[in-house]
Amino acid sequence: MDKRKKTTILVRREKKLNKEGEKIMTSPEECEALRTAFSGPHGVEEKSMLEILVKCNPADLTTFRKNSPGIFSDDECYFEKWDSSHMKFLENEFLRFQRAVIQRTMHPWERDALLVRKSLEEKPPLYNLLIELACTRTSEEFLGARKAFQCLYSESVEEFVAVRVEGFQRRLLVALASTYRYEGMRIDEAMIKLECQKLGRAIKIDKKNEIEKDDEVLRILTTRSKHYLKTIHKCYKESYDSNLEEDLDDIQILRDTVNCLCAPPIYFSKILDKAMSVGPTEQEIEALTRVIVTRTDVDMKDIAAEFNRKFGAPLIERIEAAALGNYRDFLVALVKRGMAN
Amino acid sequence: MATHSVAEDCEQLRKAFAGWGTNEGLIISILAHRSSAQIKLIRETYAQTYGEDLLKDLDKELSSDFERVVVLWALDPAERDAFLANEATKRWTSSNQVLVEITCTRTSDQLLLAKQAYHARFKRSLEEDVAYRSSGDFRKLLVPLASTYRYEGDEVNMTLAKSEAKILHEKISEKAYNHEDVIRILSTRGKAQINATLNHYKNEFGNDINKDLKTDPKDEFLAVLRATVKCLTRPEKYFEKVLRLAINKRGTDEGALTRVVTTRAEIDMKIIKEEYHKRNSVTLDHAIGKDTTGDYEKMLLALICHGDA
Repeated sequence: MDKRKKTTILVRREKKLNKEGEKIMTSPEECEALRTAFSGPHGVEEKSMLEILVKCNPADLTTFRKNSPGIFSDDECYFEKWDSSHMKFLENEFLRFQRAVIQRTMHPWERDALLVRKSLEEKPPLYNLLIELACTRTSEEFLGARKAFQCLYSESVEEFVAVRVEGFQRRLLVALASTYRYEGMRIDEAMIKLECQKLGRAIKIDKKNEIEKDDEVLRILTTRSKHYLKTIHKCYKESYDSNLEEDLDDIQILRDTVNCLCAPPIYFSKILDKAMSVGPTEQEIEALTRVIVTRTDVDMKDIAAEFNRKFGAPLIERIEAAALGNYRDFLVALVKRGMAN
Repeated sequence: MATHSVAEDCEQLRKAFAGWGTNEGLIISILAHRSSAQIKLIRETYAQTYGEDLLKDLDKELSSDFERVVVLWALDPAERDAFLANEATKRWTSSNQVLVEITCTRTSDQLLLAKQAYHARFKRSLEEDVAYRSSGDFRKLLVPLASTYRYEGDEVNMTLAKSEAKILHEKISEKAYNHEDVIRILSTRGKAQINATLNHYKNEFGNDINKDLKTDPKDEFLAVLRATVKCLTRPEKYFEKVLRLAINKRGTDEGALTRVVTTRAEIDMKIIKEEYHKRNSVTLDHAIGKDTTGDYEKMLLALICHGDA
């Protein structure tokens, strides 16, 4: 028999045979579906894997490997070798659902304590994650996380943070991580007007790069209650016709602080969008899990509404398009649940 | 353990207010000998039975120093700390010291309860009031001291103790007393760790850190730093000194005397009395007896024996 050139085999039904005379069990569409199932970046499609891989016979698998250059390569070896970085990638994708399940099941205090630890142990450090934890949790919830942190690591959050940052960042982050804010609705209107003016002066009139040296800006943001700060935000908008966080745009940690304290749904919807856009980092991708799992019982309705308003598509739709398998189903179910509450 | 009927106590207290005068002796004999938990029950029962707040009645019926010591004593410890801290944020004289005292001598959980009581009573946080009322270096130190929830474990990292003793010595030698690392170490480390660090400081550099912080006796910030160190590491010595200065002062500082007695009666008054005797060669009872009079004196004396037998 002459050596025939490798040709693309049109596979329609199981009755087809490949050149070696072996039966072909899967269609090109199924191959494509399988490829997608392995490609992330938000989980794996277990269903495809289950159905299609089982159907495949060795010939199909060879075909699949030969037609998936992103996953396999055979330049150096006599076989289609699995690319090692993809192998690592795939391991991580399989674990996404596991991580989501663990985060959902774990006690919120332990979960948040672990996240605090992670925020400053990652390189580069994730200041916005620390700010998110300190500012979007209630005083009691974050206090619980601080207790859990001590239990897990035999040191306080304050010690841990203070020794890893310096200067202005230390003053802001340690203050945010240690403050025990009043959670009630009582506010002093006269004081709010005064402090709104202080902020306005510091931000609008004094040079922007002096803000870090301004004790009053730090004091107001790190000690006043959330309701107080939301009211100041309104007052600022009325007085200066701009949003406080936008005016603090130059200093990311201040901008994140204001967002997390005054309008968490806006902050969270941005993170969700980033996670599902093109080219996010692994940290940004993991944020999808974190935000959905941690907010389903808190303000998912508001986040979804804000997401829809800002990005023009319902959150659930975006997740269904971006994520795969059990991971996708889990996230969508949590969002639905949060919206129903 | 003697069982006191709460209902009886309420009845007796009510009787003490009846008529023209007030039976201060009766008030002292009951309240000075009840724990804060028992007093809490008495207040609740009194309110249920007579529809009035015991504290308000005490306020109406009693006056000046005696009233203050009774009312402070009748408050729940967390409420008491919240009240004293709030008062300190409004005053200028010695306010810094009181804030250091409350934030540094209490355990992490006691301070937390005080902060919760502060929320409930003043509808603001302790941190925001301390921050608002202080400025500059004082704010940089006092706000973290008020916010921190220190780790209370006994484990100590000796390597860390060595390196942080070195940092402290360096900054103090440079007179950089407000350096962010000095503040960091004193306001975030657990008490056991700080103790180890300061022991190492003395071993390595020869002096107690407070000796090195005494370079300018008029510098208020240095005084606050020294108080911080003392409160964190040797509270009983700190309280002995406050009592000594309060009593020896011309005219007596009743505010300080009342504050220390009411806040420590259930905690470590026995040790403080021992320290006082060691340092002053007379007992605290004797000194208070000489320096105060009347019902105020009687209440103080009853309280400093509160835990005994």
